[in-house]
Amino acid sequence: MGQEITTSQLRRWLLAYAARIIENEAHLTELDTAIGDADHGVNMRRGMGKLQERLKEEKQSDNVSSFLRSVAMTLISGIGGAAGPLYGTFFLRAATSPTNGSSIDLVQLTQMFRYGLDGLQQRGKAQADDKTMIDTIQPAVEAMEAALAAHQSPAVILAAARQAAHLGMKHTIEIEARKGRASYLGPHSIGHQDPGATSAYFLFETAAEVFAKTGTD
Amino acid sequence: MIGLVIVSHSAKLAEGVRELAAQMAGDEVGISQAGGLPDDAQALGTDAFKILSAIEEVWCEDGVLLLMDVGSSVMSAEIALEMLPEQQRRKCKLSNAPLVEGAIVAALHASLGEPLQSVNAVAEAALSTPKLANTG
Repeated sequence: MGQEITTSQLRRWLLAYAARIIENEAHLTELDTAIGDADHGVNMRRGMGKLQERLKEEKQSDNVSSFLRSVAMTLISGIGGAAGPLYGTFFLRAATSPTNGSSIDLVQLTQMFRYGLDGLQQRGKAQADDKTMIDTIQPAVEAMEAALAAHQSPAVILAAARQAAHLGMKHTIEIEARKGRASYLGPHSIGHQDPGATSAYFLFETAAEVFAKTGTD
Repeated sequence: MIGLVIVSHSAKLAEGVRELAAQMAGDEVGISQAGGLPDDAQALGTDAFKILSAIEEVWCEDGVLLLMDVGSSVMSAEIALEMLPEQQRRKCKLSNAPLVEGAIVAALHASLGEPLQSVNAVAEAALSTPKLANTG
């Protein structure tokens, strides 16, 4: 797995993520109006605005861990709502995963997502099928791990993550919420896609788009 | 004497609970609040950095008890504790107490100079104190 993802490519990924979330603010609001408190779109847009400001600053560390830590700090304070501590923890924990200093390879990218996922589960106490962001992130990480084990190419690994994340997001339509505000609705939450699972899907969609191009950099 | 931190999604609620608790405790107990988001006092939410400064505001060696409202306030408080140096973190406790009743009871017992664990125990016991006792 020779391909290396540098800190500036991680930065490009998160700028793409921020832009994608901002484009989808109305969609996230609509999803959260159906089963939550209608604030996910606004909160994520606020956080992504802060993230864009942070990522566009002149001074950027080229160290992957400190870069991810600064992303975490920005999101913890910038998002508000339950998504702030959750996305913040995801990146805070991702920042503790192994790196090569100023870059990571595909194995390490997969580990980065795995560390983030584990942190998220500890923080939010959610399991698969609780109708949360875990339902997107867990299958995506597992798909990456399986594709790595099968010695697939970077493009295939990233595509597998995106596809599994997409299926996971769509699966939240069919299940009943057991965590978060939507859990107060019980069975009435069935038939609606989870807003957190949706915003988390864009992490993998934009990762596939941005990192698939990095081989030629 | 321990310090108390009131954590709420709403700055108004946090201030109101702090006011109620302070009435029980007099001036001796340090009670701080972390309510709402940093940039926008109207926006509902909790912020780990705000909680961190509220802890520092009332910090004392006897410890600090944090009382939270609903949902993500617990996650934000956990992150705030993780940001503290180890020797301070050991002396902070997240309470399972209901916010309003817990804060009032905790303030009273803190003012009597009780240690962190016992203040938290009586505050958490407020969960099972019936509000409508002797009315049947």
